[in-house]
Amino acid sequence: MLKVKNLRASVGDKEILRGINLEVNAGEVHAIMGPNGSGKSTLASVLAGREEYKVTSGSITFLGDNLFDLSPEERAWKGLFLAFQYPVEIPGVSTTNFLKTAVNNVREHRGLKKLDAVSFLKLMREQMKLMDIDQSLVNRSLNEGFSGGEKKRNEIFQMALLDPKLAILDETDSGLDIDALKIVANGVNHLKSSNNAIIIVTHYQRLLEYIVPDFVHVLFNGQIVKSGTKELAIELEEKGYDWIREEVEGISI
Amino acid sequence: MSKEEQLLKEFTSMEYEHGWSVDIEADSAPMGLNEDIVRFISAKKNEPDWLLEWRLKAYRHWLTIEEPKWPNVTYPKINYQDIIYYSAPKQKVKPENLDEIDPELIETFNKLGINIEEQKRLTGVTSVAVDAVIDSVSVATTFKDTLAELGIIFCSFSEAVHEHPELVKKYLGSVVPMTDNYFATLNSAVFSDGSFAYIPKGVHCPMELSTYFRINAANTGQFERTLLVVDEGAYVSYLEGCTAPARDENQLHAAVVEIYVAKNAECKYSTVQNWYPGNKDGIGGVYNFVTKRGICAGDNSKISWTQVETGSAITWKYPSCILKGDNSIGEFYSVAVTNNYQQADTGTKMIHIGKNTKSRIVSKGVSAGKSQNSYRGLVRINKRAENARNFSQCDSLLMGDQCGAHTFPYIEVHNKSAQVEHEATTSKIGEDQLFYCNQRGISTEDAVALIVNGYAKEVLKQLPMEFAVEAQKLLALTLEGSIG
Ligand SMILES: Nc1ncnc2c1ncn2[C@@H]1O[C@H](COP(=O)(O)OP(=O)(O)O)[C@@H](O)[C@H]1O
Ligand SMILES: [Mg+2]
Repeated sequence: MLKVKNLRASVGDKEILRGINLEVNAGEVHAIMGPNGSGKSTLASVLAGREEYKVTSGSITFLGDNLFDLSPEERAWKGLFLAFQYPVEIPGVSTTNFLKTAVNNVREHRGLKKLDAVSFLKLMREQMKLMDIDQSLVNRSLNEGFSGGEKKRNEIFQMALLDPKLAILDETDSGLDIDALKIVANGVNHLKSSNNAIIIVTHYQRLLEYIVPDFVHVLFNGQIVKSGTKELAIELEEKGYDWIREEVEGISI
Repeated sequence: MSKEEQLLKEFTSMEYEHGWSVDIEADSAPMGLNEDIVRFISAKKNEPDWLLEWRLKAYRHWLTIEEPKWPNVTYPKINYQDIIYYSAPKQKVKPENLDEIDPELIETFNKLGINIEEQKRLTGVTSVAVDAVIDSVSVATTFKDTLAELGIIFCSFSEAVHEHPELVKKYLGSVVPMTDNYFATLNSAVFSDGSFAYIPKGVHCPMELSTYFRINAANTGQFERTLLVVDEGAYVSYLEGCTAPARDENQLHAAVVEIYVAKNAECKYSTVQNWYPGNKDGIGGVYNFVTKRGICAGDNSKISWTQVETGSAITWKYPSCILKGDNSIGEFYSVAVTNNYQQADTGTKMIHIGKNTKSRIVSKGVSAGKSQNSYRGLVRINKRAENARNFSQCDSLLMGDQCGAHTFPYIEVHNKSAQVEHEATTSKIGEDQLFYCNQRGISTEDAVALIVNGYAKEVLKQLPMEFAVEAQKLLALTLEGSIG
């Protein structure tokens, strides 16, 4: 589904991603862990097509296409979804209106019929139940004045509505209390299938107790320095990132 | 190119949708302005002597005054002798029924999205009565009969002069005196037509009254005059829309709107202004120098102005309320969008005279391209206006960094019991907002429309439903071509 080869990317003069290799197949859950500033969000942004980040070398294919040929919205239409670490607020635009616009745009480009208000509301209500989203929340302006937890839940709620092929969850767990964490994890597990894939970016292995990854990668200083299975996440949690730092600095130049 | 730069570039190259003109034979005055032209116009309209005298007085006064210099706009000096002051579509008599209307005219209005024939057929069903003014002359008013049953008068201004001279004489110039300002004075001398409405005591007008203005002929100034009188306890909602063809030269539009609202009465006045804004290099476009003012003459009366300003090369306009009656209320809701080289200096004046008077100002400016967008507003609390209240919210939204947004609030308080609040914000459409929308499958063009409509929501929701949809489309359209 996704093939990242020797990806290098920078902001301005600063190189942030320094040769990333990653392959994700349908039906898989990958976790990417790593200390603050290691480049996790940058990788997510490059995948989603944020222009600020300049790709200097390497390639990415997504469902057979060269990802770099696609605009951010084309990537979304094709099934790429990013749950943002910091979702933006859009004053005056109701969450419902925003979601309807998004869903219908995506549907249109996937060759599906646009939903009228009634069918959309029906779909929305179903997903609201799943994510324990309150009606008052979807009446409010998008993310405006939402608590940290509400914002994160709203991201997964959108994921549910947009039915992506590849979902990247950037620190969706941070700022969630245990109940909210469970709701989010349940939601994600519910959406998981053999046709789609999920990349979970996180600091902690807490979320991984609920959404069990097939692979765990450690991103450090712009490179994936270690890959393994879910046990690696537990090991990381126990030993901390200093362990990786020592190991990496031991091997590297 | 960054997304924003690209957006800006695309936005700047958007096209004006109503930029067509129609070959309608016109009956015009010779170019230029002098007393004879004023007499010519008055004669064309077969006006009574008192009105001719009124016009001549205005003209003579106009010769003694100068164009205002204080607005935050710049334009080459206007040569008032290069303008045609009267142009009427050649139509021998005012049509009695639709079959007599020039098919080209009907086509013109179809292009504007106003189906006059449909309107007629749906008598009693549709909720909008339309007075269509093309160049300088009212060409069709719908639903007159239905309204007449309620005692409501809705007709062209010229018709009102003949049919209801006592009302016209009483209220003409009572809110905007002929000597008010340079452009209002010019209008008083040469105004050609416009709409007139009178809502009698206690009558709640059951449908929106609407006037559509269109400048069609070249080199023509448009000087229409609207007079609304809402008698005690009556209510009316009035809509005004306008477009003009794309032309390389600038066209002058100097209109006057006067509203008189009596005790316990209410008038809601909505405008969607979409005159030709000029091309992307700033060539052509309408100079929209308009005086709009209403008086809440009686106690417990209310005037609410809502305007969506997307057109014109230059807009100079301050729909105002004189709150004379005790407990009277004035409101001003405005969205002004400027792009390319457009300049807008717009806002309101709220003059509190009566006790317990309240006013509310919500102004939302959107500037893009190399445009300049100014809010200018005056809130004056007079000496005897006990317990007056005002709240003003003036927001600016910027797209790119080559445009300007300015706020000029003037507050004059002469009574200690007054409460005046002013809030202002300036924001930019953020790349992160656009990216977020893109990531959800929403194109940049749609995202801009979504964000701007959201930003302007508080104003748009004031519009009557028929207009709100149109206004939203217009905002989206103005923003069309902004794909990143
Ligand atoms: N827009 C930006 N401008 C400058 N530096 C950036 C920008 N985005 C990220 N960085 C830098 O790149 C590094 C990686 O950041 P990020 O990808 O957010 O890390 P993580 O998500 O792993 O915490 C950090 O040093 C950060 O400061
Ligand atoms: Mg991050």
